[in-house]
Formats: sequence, structure tokens, C-alpha cells
Amino acid sequence: MNFFRLHNISLIIFLLSSTVYSQVIEVCKSCDISTIKEGILQAEDHDTLLIKKGTYKEYNIDVNKPLTLLGEDFPVIDGELKGEIIKVTADNVTLDGLFIINVGTSYTEDYAAVRVIRSKNFLIQNLVLEKLFFGIYLEKSSDGRVYHNKIIGDAEEEYNSGNGIQLWYSQNIEVDKNIVTHVRDGIYLEFSNFCKITNNISSHNIRYGLHFMFSNDDLYERNTFQNNGAGVAVMFSKKIEMYHNIFKDNWGSASFGVLLKEINDSEIIGNIFESNTIGINIEGSNRINYKNNDFINNGWAIKSRGACYANHFINNNFMYNSFDLAYNSKLNDNKFESNYWSNYTGYDLDKDGVGDVPYRPVKLFSYVVNRTPEAIILLRSLFIDIIDFSEKVSPVFTPDNLLDAKPKMKMIAHD
Amino acid sequence: MIKILKYSCYDLLRSRWSYVYFAFYLLLGIVLLFLNNDLSKAVITLMNVIIILVPLIGTIFGVMYYYNSKEFTELLLAQPVKRSSIFLGQYLGVALSLSMSLIIGLGVPFIFYGIFRSSAIWDFSLLLITGTFLTLIFTALAFNIALYNENKIKGFGYAILLWLFMAVIYDGIFLMSLIAFEEYPLDTFSLVGTMVNPIDLSRVLILLKLDISALLGYTGALFQKFFGTNFGIVVSSVMLLLWVLVPTLLIKRKAGKKDF
Repeated sequence: MNFFRLHNISLIIFLLSSTVYSQVIEVCKSCDISTIKEGILQAEDHDTLLIKKGTYKEYNIDVNKPLTLLGEDFPVIDGELKGEIIKVTADNVTLDGLFIINVGTSYTEDYAAVRVIRSKNFLIQNLVLEKLFFGIYLEKSSDGRVYHNKIIGDAEEEYNSGNGIQLWYSQNIEVDKNIVTHVRDGIYLEFSNFCKITNNISSHNIRYGLHFMFSNDDLYERNTFQNNGAGVAVMFSKKIEMYHNIFKDNWGSASFGVLLKEINDSEIIGNIFESNTIGINIEGSNRINYKNNDFINNGWAIKSRGACYANHFINNNFMYNSFDLAYNSKLNDNKFESNYWSNYTGYDLDKDGVGDVPYRPVKLFSYVVNRTPEAIILLRSLFIDIIDFSEKVSPVFTPDNLLDAKPKMKMIAHD
Repeated sequence: MIKILKYSCYDLLRSRWSYVYFAFYLLLGIVLLFLNNDLSKAVITLMNVIIILVPLIGTIFGVMYYYNSKEFTELLLAQPVKRSSIFLGQYLGVALSLSMSLIIGLGVPFIFYGIFRSSAIWDFSLLLITGTFLTLIFTALAFNIALYNENKIKGFGYAILLWLFMAVIYDGIFLMSLIAFEEYPLDTFSLVGTMVNPIDLSRVLILLKLDISALLGYTGALFQKFFGTNFGIVVSSVMLLLWVLVPTLLIKRKAGKKDF
């Protein structure tokens, strides 16, 4: 009897210590455990590895137990360009406060600073990644959070560089408050649904700030994409929500604020598109609501390349764009209503804030430039102004019903 | 020649039209700056004005001045003064006084606005330089027209036609030919087409200096590569200089031969 009681108590103590009172294992150069790999080997499930300040030259660290790797004063994990650095293969893993540098570059394998494989409930936060190939690579994982990391690459060419944060077949991931610069694609999603990408800053990447394909039901909110080689490209996805993002300074011959290709049933609301060669480039995208966006100082605010139907543009500001809209077909099924156009020259006699004459956002010149790109050299010439004016008076080349019947007289204040 | 230049200049500076011209630019500058509040926007609007108005005023003023001062010119011709210096002096007098109106008229409001502390200073100077070039070019062309045509009405007609051609019709023909030959590579053609017309050349030079350059797309990359490099700038400057020198030499030649 007594023996059984004792046995029960010890069992309870054992269970408590392993789940609630998990152990803290210190890793430092002068400790008993001087490498992270050894620490992982020694640790029990749910332990915390406290990694002290120092440089750890390790790679292929396999976190195969539910552990917390907590860095103190940003310990450096130096992969010495030999390959992958941290690989997470267990559920419930937390990585916090590490400085990871020198990921190996390979042309056959995608080495990453941190790779999460088939795991759930992970948390990756406060990491600093430098000199990397791929940054944080989530593979077939779900229910995780990537929070407040800083990824600074040194990519120069597309073919030998990787992406900052990559999600592949991953569901329910939150990517919040990260900073990604100088990699190939800042944030990349493929086959990843129900993800939330919020408050990130992705800039100076050589290809796209944000790139996703075949990723449905995702939310993108309050991110800033600035100065990326080709802006943001989103393709072949449904039910995307983009709210209050900033797309800025994507100048270049093939650069966009956003490239939408085969995106359906989505909401694009409250975003700012400023100083891009093309604000939004739309191709084969249907049933999208564009509301309360600001298009400022772009070459083309919106370039529609065809096969775009039932899109609604409501309450947007179009200000000082060289072209408000380029449209290459005679058929129009998109609705423009109650936008503010800085190029509008109509009047408002009844003073209700809505212009009495409809506004036609497609200029003849933008139609000409679509056909003959070289003609752009005549931009802002007097002759062009004259033909634009005559087209405005009686449209011949541009769709007759492509107009904003209720243009606002004053800029719309959002938020 | 300097004396005649000085005389023409003073004569014009005293005339009402110079003041009107000067006041117009002054007003334009002030209105643009204080309604816009954005320097680079103001520079763009100014560009539109400059590439259209400066040639027009240069042509009309040049023709008008020649016909108006014809009697005085004939009086001068009776004196022992070289013919070329009479006409070149008059030409430079007109062109310089017009340029001065332009530079001072636009410069004053911009200086008060604080152009020296702004990054738009280079765009602005480019604007003034091209404006001056356009004045020189179109006044010289106007003098040529006037020298070749005794009939005032005809002279004015040709002058207006010249301006209309350079500012509007040329671009129309240019655009038509671009569309007609859209199947062919048009890069070189469009480059040459722009270089040949001083108004287009000025426009493109200013556009490329402003942020719009990147808007020109992949075709723009070519223009950017050409006009953005030192070689392109040298070629454009040579082209503008040629446009000044050739008509000036023509003035000299025609003035030397003409019967009065």
C-alpha cells in the first residue's frame, strides 16, 4: 500500500517536472554543454535551452523534440556556409532571440537558416538572419507564428539567391512584424491557405516583395512593400484580402506595385499605391472589389491587360498619375464609381460633391501606347493633349461605357 | 556688333512687350508655386508652358521686331558698318532680351521659394537652359523667315506655320509613322525622330530628368540609356547647338547677299 502511494507520488512528480516544471538547460562555451546539438541531445521534451552569448559554429541542427531555444543577448549561430542551420521536425518548438548567419548556397537544395518540416504550433520570433540563402522556410507545417524577425540578405542575382520567408503547403500561419530586405522574394507563399501576413516590411528585394501562388483565403494587412525589383506578384489564388498595405517606389521597366494574375473573389481595400511604374497590373482577375485605395504619382495607376470582369472600383483616390487607367479591350464589364480623379475637369453645379459630367479614365494616348510602346516618347506633347481632348469629347477607340458616372469633386479622406 | 546688340537690347528692354513677357513669367512662377506647393509638380507644369510658349513667343517676337525695325536697319546699312554685325547684333539683342525675361521672370519667384535649398535645382536649371536654347533657336528661325520674305503677312504666316509644325504637326506625323511601322523595331527611329525636333528634344530631356523616366517602360530603358549617359547629353547639346548655329549662319549668309 505504502509502496504504491510512493510510486504514485513519484509518478506525479515525474509528470509535473516533464510538462509544467520543464528544465532549463544552459548552453555556453564554458558550460558542461557547449554546443546546441549536444543541448538538444540532452534535453527532455518541453525543456528550454538557454543559449548564452557567444558564437556557435554549427549547422544541420535538428530540433526533433518540442523544445524552446532561447537566446540570451543574441548568440551567433554561424553555419560557415556549409548548409542548413536549424531544422525543426517536432511540434511545439519555439525559437527565440538568435542571430543566425552564413547559410550555405546550393544550386540543388534550398538551404535555409531555419526550416520547419511537418510541424505544428511552432513559434519563431526575434531572430536576426544575415548572409543567408533561404531565411525561414516553412514546409508542410501549420498553426505557427513567425513574429518580429529581421532578415537581411545580400542577394545580387536571382538565380543564386533565396527567399526571406517561404511558406510551402503550410496552413494557418501568422507572419507578423518581420523585416525582410535584400533577398530574392521577401515573403513567398505557395499552396498555403488561411495565413495572415501582417505588419511586415519587405523592401529592396531583387525580385518581389511579396509573391504568392495557389494560396487561397489569405489575409495581407498593413504591410509595406517598398523598392522591390518587381514589386509584388500574386497569382492563381482566390479569396485574398489585402487591407491597408503600402506599395511604394517600385520603379523599373517591368515593375509593379501589385501584379494580379488570375486572382478571383478578393478584396483590395484601403491600400496606398505610390510612385510605382504601374500601380496595379491586372490580368484575368474577376470579381475583385477595390475600395478606398489611394493611387498617387504612378506611371499607370491601373493597367488592365484583359479578361478582367465584374471588378468594382469604388471610392478610390487617383492622384497625379500619368495615366489613370490603361485598358486594351473594347468590352467593359468593370464598374467605376464615386472615385476621385485629380485629372477630372468637370463641374458640380448642384454642389452635392459629385461631378455632373462623367469622367473617362482611359485616355486615347494610353490606348496608343498599349499598341505602340515607343509612342511613349511623345508623352506630354501638345499634340497628344489635343487628341486626348478630342477622344474625351467623343470616344472612338476606348470603350464607350468605361466611365465614372459619379466622380467625386474632392479628395476622399480615408480612415 | 556689340553696339548694335546693346542698342537692340536696350530698345527692347524699354518696350512694353518685354515687360509684359517678364510679368507673365513672374506671375506664372508665383501662381504655380503658391497654388501647387510642390516644387517638382511646378517644374512639370512649367515644362509644358516652356516647350509650347517659348518657341511661339520667340518666333512671333523675332518676326515682329525685324519688320518693325526695318527702316532703322536700312538707315544703318547706309553707314560703314558690316552687314553681318547689324543683323547678328539685332538677332542677339532680341534673343538675349527674351531669354533674360524668361530667366529672371521665372527665377525670382523660385529663388524666393527656396530653389537653392531644394533638390529640384537641377531640374529647374535644365528647364531654364532648354528655355534659353529654344528662344535662341526660334528667334533665329524667325529672322530667317523675315529676311526671306519682304511681305509682312507672308512672313507672319510662315512664322506661325513653323511654330505649329514644330510644336504640333511634327508630333502628329511622328506618332502616325510610329503606328504605321509598329511591326518594325522603332527604337532608333524614335530616338532620331526626337533628336531632330528641338521642341521634342527639350521635352524628352526634361521628362527624363524628372521621375517619369522609369515610366517609359522597357522602351524607356533605351532612351534612359541614351539620354542618361554623358554621350547622350553631349549629343543632345550638340544637336541643340546645331539648331542655333545653322539658322544663325543662314542669317549671316542671307544678310550678306540680300538687296535692300
